[in-house]
Amino acid sequence: MHQNILQYRGRRYLWVVLALLILSLIIYLSQPSDLPPNGGSWQGYTLGGIAAALIVWLALLGYRKRSFRSRLGTLQGWTSAHVYLGSGLLIIASLHCAFQFGFNIHTLLYVLMTAVILSGFLGLFFYLSYPRRLARVRSGRRRTDWLTELNEIDDRIHKLAQRCNARTRKIVESALDRTHLGGGAIAQLRGVDRSLVLRPDRETSESKLIGNPEQETVIEHLASAVPKATKSDEAQVLQELLNVFGRRRTVLSRLRQDIRLQAWMKAWLYAHVPLTVAMLSALVVHVISVFLYW
Amino acid sequence: MIRRVSILTRWEVKSVAMESRFHIAIVGSGPGGLSAAGRAAEHDLGRQDTSHQPTHILLESFKAPAKTIQRYQKGKHVMAEPHFLDLRSPIKFRAGTREAILEWWRQGIDEKGINIRYESEVTAISGKQGDFLITLNDGDTIRAENVVLAIGTQGNPRKLGVPGEDERLVQYQLDDPYAYQDETIVVVGAGDAAIENALGLAEQNRVYIVNRRDEFARAKEGNLNAVLKAINDQSVDFSCFYESHVSAVRPPTDEGESGAIVLDTPEGERTIECHRIVARLGSVPPRKFVESCGVEFPDDRPTSLPELSNQYESNVPGLYIIGALGGYPLIKQAMNQGHDVIEYIHGNDVKPVDHELLMLQFSGLPYMADPEEILALYQQRLPMFRRMNALQFREFILESRVIASVSDDQSREEVEARSRAAEEKHQQTLLERHKDRLAELEASNEPITEADRTPPKPRPATRIMQEGESIFQDGEYTNTFYTIAEGEAHIQYEPDGPVYTLKPGQFFGEMSLISGRPRSGNATIGPETILLETPRRMMVKVLNSNEEVKDGIDWMFIVRVLQKHFAPDLPIEELRKIARKVELQQYASGDSIYDEGDSGDCLHLIRSGTVTLSRKVGDAQIAIDHLQSGRMFGQLALMGDPVRRETATAAVKTETIMLRSREFLALLKKDPQRIDDIQAETRNQLKLETMLASMPEGGNVISFLMDEGLGEATNAMIIDEDLCVGCDNCEKACADTHGGISRLDRKAGASHASVQVPISCRHCEHPHCMKDCPVDAIHRAPSGEVFIDDSCIGCGNCETNCPYDAIHMAPELKRKGGILSWILFGFGSEPGADSEKSATAADTQQSSHKAVKCDGCMDLKGGPACVRACPTGAAIRIGPDRFPELITRR
Ligand SMILES: Cc1cc2nc3c(=O)[nH]c(=O)nc-3n(C[C@H](O)[C@H](O)[C@H](O)COP(=O)(O)OP(=O)(O)OC[C@H]3O[C@@H](n4cnc5c(N)ncnc54)[C@H](O)[C@@H]3O)c2cc1C
Ligand code: HEM
Ligand code: SF4
Ligand code: SF4
Repeated sequence: MHQNILQYRGRRYLWVVLALLILSLIIYLSQPSDLPPNGGSWQGYTLGGIAAALIVWLALLGYRKRSFRSRLGTLQGWTSAHVYLGSGLLIIASLHCAFQFGFNIHTLLYVLMTAVILSGFLGLFFYLSYPRRLARVRSGRRRTDWLTELNEIDDRIHKLAQRCNARTRKIVESALDRTHLGGGAIAQLRGVDRSLVLRPDRETSESKLIGNPEQETVIEHLASAVPKATKSDEAQVLQELLNVFGRRRTVLSRLRQDIRLQAWMKAWLYAHVPLTVAMLSALVVHVISVFLYW
Repeated sequence: MIRRVSILTRWEVKSVAMESRFHIAIVGSGPGGLSAAGRAAEHDLGRQDTSHQPTHILLESFKAPAKTIQRYQKGKHVMAEPHFLDLRSPIKFRAGTREAILEWWRQGIDEKGINIRYESEVTAISGKQGDFLITLNDGDTIRAENVVLAIGTQGNPRKLGVPGEDERLVQYQLDDPYAYQDETIVVVGAGDAAIENALGLAEQNRVYIVNRRDEFARAKEGNLNAVLKAINDQSVDFSCFYESHVSAVRPPTDEGESGAIVLDTPEGERTIECHRIVARLGSVPPRKFVESCGVEFPDDRPTSLPELSNQYESNVPGLYIIGALGGYPLIKQAMNQGHDVIEYIHGNDVKPVDHELLMLQFSGLPYMADPEEILALYQQRLPMFRRMNALQFREFILESRVIASVSDDQSREEVEARSRAAEEKHQQTLLERHKDRLAELEASNEPITEADRTPPKPRPATRIMQEGESIFQDGEYTNTFYTIAEGEAHIQYEPDGPVYTLKPGQFFGEMSLISGRPRSGNATIGPETILLETPRRMMVKVLNSNEEVKDGIDWMFIVRVLQKHFAPDLPIEELRKIARKVELQQYASGDSIYDEGDSGDCLHLIRSGTVTLSRKVGDAQIAIDHLQSGRMFGQLALMGDPVRRETATAAVKTETIMLRSREFLALLKKDPQRIDDIQAETRNQLKLETMLASMPEGGNVISFLMDEGLGEATNAMIIDEDLCVGCDNCEKACADTHGGISRLDRKAGASHASVQVPISCRHCEHPHCMKDCPVDAIHRAPSGEVFIDDSCIGCGNCETNCPYDAIHMAPELKRKGGILSWILFGFGSEPGADSEKSATAADTQQSSHKAVKCDGCMDLKGGPACVRACPTGAAIRIGPDRFPELITRR
């Protein structure tokens, strides 16, 4: 039934990667001590072969992910193996190069690979922990349900605003117009509320744009206007507006968190995949140069 | 657009010769009536008399012919199913757009000289053969010797039922709510049509809506919310009169002035000046009218059909019924019947078009006889069908597959050769006809579609089986029904249990038909046996329209259930005695069967549906189990604990067999062995229930799943929100493997405690979608998947009937490029891209829309692509038997 990618089938790929690591370690230690343990020995070539094969196979996940008719295991199985073997790769590749680094294409490959793997760890973290947070944020409803509620709230605020004085109406309506949700990639990932509101100056009747994070400014304004209201009807409308804005704050904050979490779960792949492409290019150069200078 | 208007006016001004006496009057100008009138007009032309007065008349209530087809959505591609049936009609018809077909029919009316009278609703028919008196809504009367009723099943709009209901101020249909502005309009009615019209009109007009009740109980949820919002909204000119009736309509006194409507409200009488009254009160099914003509129906159920002779004559001599009203829901069938009925009235005994299909079906039988004779013989031989009307029995046989068994290879070869020859001949005829039609098409310069080019698929001939061959096997999801015409069949429920032998006139396979569950037991065919294998849809139709067959099958079902569960070795006669005392109980979804703390004196066996058992823990009601058909509950009451320890509720529409103490003991006395089995089953059930009762959160999840209707599912998609990263790979997989259109909506669907039920087919035990499919395009595969085949005509019935939104209508589109070209060069569509969303309007319009739904990836060896493509393991597909696992493993 439901298992996450690490638990998949009793962690079968954890055992696979451990076996592979032990094997690699044996190969590594079997190198004669008089030779420097670098890629040059047959042991070095074997470890390099394993690492290169792993890299190619890891990158093939992008192909398998889109081969929807494939009968070669499930994608969850692939991902589980990908995560375990990908982590193991870091050690195997290190053994292959025997921790020798310099300013050359070989080390560039190592750095790129490490970057891919680290970005993979980041992704794994998101995959394992964000869905649960997202479910809590949505609390059993769909994103569209929250958006619908926001629309209904805005409709209601519009109508209530018609019954207020000009100044309040302006503030309230500008708060709706200048609410900020979503936006570009960075804005989505940061999830900072950049909502604004127009506040007309009492004397000059000029308006000033000021921040309205979490609808605080409007709520502040409404809350201080209620006690000052002279007509009971006016107080009632303001009170109601205050309530509705309170709910609006919650809805907006949920949506913002929703967008942020969802964005992170996607965004890391925009590092992981291009880095993979760069690393594959470096791998090709590395292999060719090794064989050229044999 | 302009052309259509001019056509309408021409239809309207066409005058009708006012001879008030006719040989044949045809009521309703749908495909059935039109075809009949065309044939009658041909007879008139061939007549040797010089008066040139038509002897027929076609009466139509609408202002144009074929209202049902006029009402189809614009540009709809009308299909000509069943493809294996030939068209026999003087009026042209084949697959094409609604507009083209209506145009051919208009031409047909002119060319054949059909004597048609529009806006003439028939309100009464009296008299008898040779002298019927037909009354029209405007009071005119017409006399006719014979009457053909072809009024379909769509019915006419229900009128207001008060003085002035036919005034021009009142309209019963609204094509475009935006055609009016700044008017005062009163909308009468509280259904979806009324609400949608009222809300549309309210955008530019002042609108009142009149509701007979104090709430909008019949409306869909979306409409309900919208109308309540509009009523409460001060800024829209929209108000509602609850608990109000229309008592009169006052037409405007002068041109250009407004009229008025008088309402009877709880606050007294109110008169509202208005420009327009839109009444949307649903339609009156034609049954009452048909009955008022003297036609009898076998029973009161809305699904029952009038009894007709082989020649479509009703119990009123001289009154014939054809088309949808007689139970034939397709255009071609209606048109063929229209042709034939006129021949019968003229005394010509033509063979129906399907005669050759009957010959094909009987081709492998061991005797040579006229198919019509075999038909009559079989009906005599099968007691259960003896009283069915001949026409219905004919359809029953036509829809069934005839199976014959042979004992040795030599006779097998012989018979197979015979039936193969018949099949080839049939195929030949079909192909020739197809070629002729194509040639005719090419000559006529009309556009030829893909559908026109595909040759029709032939029907199968008699199926030949070897003696002892398996008919069905345990666990298979088939649901056909078998009747033994000759020979015998053998059934075994358990691997080493007894084998039962069934004889001619008996039937089997009713368990899966009724419960919607897989087959229980293995069935094999005996020597020299002839079986009729009838598809589920035909059986449902028979059960719905024939009380006697239904009772017979229900009764046998009980006998066999008792036999299987309690007394495998008891002779049938003994079981019958006990079965007579057992009761069948029916429950609607949500009905309580018994409550915790009641004292019980009976057990229930579920015949169809699902039952939830729940227990009170603290203040909460916790679900502790849910049981599907074939399972037993409440047995503890008969095993020593008379107090009910749980509440039993029907999770969906459910039927149970109720067994009281006396019958239970009587059964067990005959077979004490069985006690052990029942105790073992009970023990396992109790263990599971105790575990579930100890985890109320789990019980809540089960209740949630039941509320989502999963009690009737066999295989449903469930997403664990705690794992889903929202990558949509499941939808992409679905689209990629199914013509670019995803049949699942991951983003939609309710969730509870992180268990989400997305919108996707659950392959119901009794698929609602199958109910009204006119071409029988929806089937269940032996492995359980419910799927739609190519013959879908896009009528949209299944979309409406599926309570879970799992079906939608979509164009057939092609996708471009492969996966490698996309990954390496970014060329073509991304694998799994939704081609419906990226299609241009032109693409969508050109292709015909058909119903699409999940088919469980039955063609993919690996199983459902969605589940296999989920990288995180969030999406799974399981049946209700695994729900307990779902929650205990969390
Ligand atoms: C949306 C939709 C799509 C469909 N698509 C297809 C398809 O693609 N292919 C196909 O083969 N079938 C299709 N069908 C089914 C098909 O429309 C019917 O089977 C067919 O119309 C039945 O023909 P009929 O002549 O029996 O009745 P109808 O076509 O219903 O005609 C009855 C006529 O009688 C008139 N009438 C009713 N009462 C009276 C009265 N009292 N006095 C005078 N006149 C009266 C009505 O105005 C109407 O014109 C579809 C049905 C629907 C609803
Ligand atoms: C050199 C090593 C690696 C390579 C070449 C690599 C490559 C890839 C590629 C090509 C994809 C497919 C992305 C797509 O098409 O959407 C992918 C996905 C992924 N990778 Fe890696 N990866 C590597 C290491 C890792 C490591 C070490 C981890 C985690 C510990 C990891 C975790 C993931 C995850 C979670 C996915 C997403 C799976 C999915 O959504 O289908 N990767 N990787
Ligand atoms: S389409 Fe709807 S009614 Fe038909 S089997 Fe699926 S869920 Fe049930
Ligand atoms: S494939 Fe799995 S993780 Fe992706 S959206 Fe579907 S259910 Fe969620």
